[in-house]
Amino acid sequence: MKLELGYIDIRGIRFGDHNAVEEGILVVNPEPLLKPVLEDPLIKTAHFEIAAPGESIRITPVKDVIEPRVKVEGKGGVFPGMVSKVDTVGSGKTNVLRGMAVVTAGPIVGFQEGIIDMTGVGADYTPFSQLHNLVLVMEPVEGFVQREYEKAARLAGLRTAAAIGELARNLTPDETVVYETPTIAETFSEELKNLPRVGYVMMLQSQGLLHDTYVYGVDAKRTLSTLIGATEVMDGAIVSGNCVSACDKNTTYHHQNNPVIHDLLAVHGQSINFVGVIITNENVYLDDKIRSSDWTAKMAQYLSLDAAIVSQEGFGNPDTDLIMNCTKLEKQGIRTVIITDEYAGQDGRSQSLADADALANAVVTGGNANELIILPRMDRVIGTLGYVDKIAGGHAGSLQPDGSIQAELQVITGATNEMGFNRLSAR
Amino acid sequence: MSTYRIVHYINQFFGQIGGEEQAHIPAEKRPGPVGPGLAFKQHFGGEAEIVATIICGDSWFNENLDLAKKTVLEMVREEAPDLFIAGPAFNAGRYGVACGTISDAVKTELGIPSLTGMYEENPGADMFRTKVLTVATSNSAAGMRKAVPAMAKLALKLLKGERVGASAEDGYLPDGVRRNFFEKKRGSARAIDMLLKKLSDKPFETEYPMPSFDRVPPMPAIKDITRATIAIVTSGGIVPKGNPDHIESSSASKYGSYNIEGVNDLTSESYETAHGGYDPVYANKDADRVIPVDVLRQYEKEGKIGKLHNWFYTTVGNGTAVASAKKYADEIAEKLISHEVDAVILTST
Amino acid sequence: MVKEIERAGIPVVHICTVTPISLTVGANRIVPAVAIPHPLGNPELSPGDEYELRRKLVDKALRALMTEVDDQTVFDS
Repeated sequence: MKLELGYIDIRGIRFGDHNAVEEGILVVNPEPLLKPVLEDPLIKTAHFEIAAPGESIRITPVKDVIEPRVKVEGKGGVFPGMVSKVDTVGSGKTNVLRGMAVVTAGPIVGFQEGIIDMTGVGADYTPFSQLHNLVLVMEPVEGFVQREYEKAARLAGLRTAAAIGELARNLTPDETVVYETPTIAETFSEELKNLPRVGYVMMLQSQGLLHDTYVYGVDAKRTLSTLIGATEVMDGAIVSGNCVSACDKNTTYHHQNNPVIHDLLAVHGQSINFVGVIITNENVYLDDKIRSSDWTAKMAQYLSLDAAIVSQEGFGNPDTDLIMNCTKLEKQGIRTVIITDEYAGQDGRSQSLADADALANAVVTGGNANELIILPRMDRVIGTLGYVDKIAGGHAGSLQPDGSIQAELQVITGATNEMGFNRLSAR
Repeated sequence: MSTYRIVHYINQFFGQIGGEEQAHIPAEKRPGPVGPGLAFKQHFGGEAEIVATIICGDSWFNENLDLAKKTVLEMVREEAPDLFIAGPAFNAGRYGVACGTISDAVKTELGIPSLTGMYEENPGADMFRTKVLTVATSNSAAGMRKAVPAMAKLALKLLKGERVGASAEDGYLPDGVRRNFFEKKRGSARAIDMLLKKLSDKPFETEYPMPSFDRVPPMPAIKDITRATIAIVTSGGIVPKGNPDHIESSSASKYGSYNIEGVNDLTSESYETAHGGYDPVYANKDADRVIPVDVLRQYEKEGKIGKLHNWFYTTVGNGTAVASAKKYADEIAEKLISHEVDAVILTST
Repeated sequence: MVKEIERAGIPVVHICTVTPISLTVGANRIVPAVAIPHPLGNPELSPGDEYELRRKLVDKALRALMTEVDDQTVFDS
């Protein structure tokens, strides 16, 4: 498959009386964009706020971060099965508003969402401090059902991102990059056949409410491990429905810009032969864990892989899925590197993972999520600080009287990402 | 600005007294820097000075461990230094063990920060790397030129009370404490680099070596369950409604003990879960799904078990450090023993 | 936690869903549970059937406590 991404660089966002991208500035007229959001009976209020890199702004609680894109040529539309009708994406032309994101925020289910600081020490840990963020702040109606409101908030974010992306349909990209992936037959071509066959096993969080991921609209916990094209992932086939313990959950932005896929494609045909992507879930039943990891190993063997990178999402019982995937691949002679993060305690002295195996001898870590940080007071809060004591990684008293926050790194959206999005590590 | 005071420990060889034939000499103290101490001086840039050097024979130290420790500790105490440095010992086994032993003693007994340096395969490294910061050096004194600046840099950090970086950053042997730091490349690129090395059978370094777990021998079985008192412990975070002790949804800093005397069934009106790692809907609706109070009460009435202990103990396993969980379990075990509990059903989510 | 309580001298049966973790951390008597969010229940069953399911798991746990083991044992039948 061949996908052309046309990047339009966004250098700022401002409010105005119309919606457009004008010389790198996104102009937002809230009313027509909020109208469809507020049509959802579960959403009581919704408004936009703007946060630019370097501003003294704290966004919390954060649900999702989404990069606005528009399908210009080729099959399918943005977020197939979620926003657009189900159709295979990953080929043709897609325009991308680079350097910005739509961030959904506000009380989502009462507790457990992330923090994005636009400046200060917290900004060093989240990649989203570097973006111009259009924040969609929402509040649920009274007496909502959590599951239904999560869906409403998820769709509101994706639809808003799609509407913003639509503004880029007729723009001329600042940069165009073509990504091309081979068919199985092509992976045995003259120029590729002598390179090591490498696959990517992408584990998707699928543990239930606020821990779900959707593939072409399908809840990943109801899937078997399967193959997906690298460009399909880049083109919005996978979206996030999870944000609990925000540090190591993949936002939709992470999926759209999956760093493992990006970096493997960059060396494809040079040092490796990037054969394909296997997606597999992290379910709450042991039988599912066994079945999904068996299936992953079967497909890896079927693809005749020599090596694989496995990325995890989350921690705790998914550590077992990770170890199962890794050991089952290694036992077939497929060399693996796993990407995870650690929960080694605030003092860093504890066992980092819930599960372990000697075969997992090549580990990349996104850092210790338990490490304490002090986030300085910000001049402005987008959303509410009302949940800081309760979010995962916070504790009673996390919010200090002077407005600073003492908490674990866990609270920061994307801080210890297990796709290897960041430079953070630990030893 | 006053300069920091340092005491330096070296062996007979680096003290320029002699080789193996002088290894028997007892500890002696000289004012100012000696041998490698002169190299350290250059790297302290006037911010710190070696006020005294203790020179000690490797055999004497190891053969008279208690006396040697006592003697050297006293010599250090007299100087009241801000920091103690031992070595570097490179791959010299007895010297490494002496450096580790004495810097650990200075740190724990005198409360003075200490630092040493040696080759990773030095037996002293295995014994002391988790106790004293040990800068990684090459296996011979030829590595002095690299070891000294690394040790001096870390020494100044310790003296100024600055945060010690991760082992990979500050060049010491992993000490069992995980510390975050920013790598030069992002994780995905590091993973590909590591994979390419692994594929071509080149040496690669995992960022997290897998741990080994210890084991506990199984306790004997319960002979007569109909006379046994059984207690419930859970990491599933079941708490009385409202979470009165504010047990955190992740990285719990405490556990709760709750009385269930006269409770036959856990209802959504009175119990819920504080756990943040799983979908809480099911446990909130019926906490018996996590801790089977209803069944055990019934069994108590029917005489199938002796007694259901009237307290249950709960914490949140989600993201909670193993060391914390261990501490809670120790305290819980103490309570269980004092209440003469015979067996425990522990449930996890 | 399992290990520390057992180390203190009290036999523990660990009811948990992810038995591989239990084996890794060193529990000695392990009973597999239903699912992570509801280890001893199944919301899809009627209350009566669900109680019955829980009762069977408790029976299994009690049986595990009454069984001598030399090594880590998963009671899955």
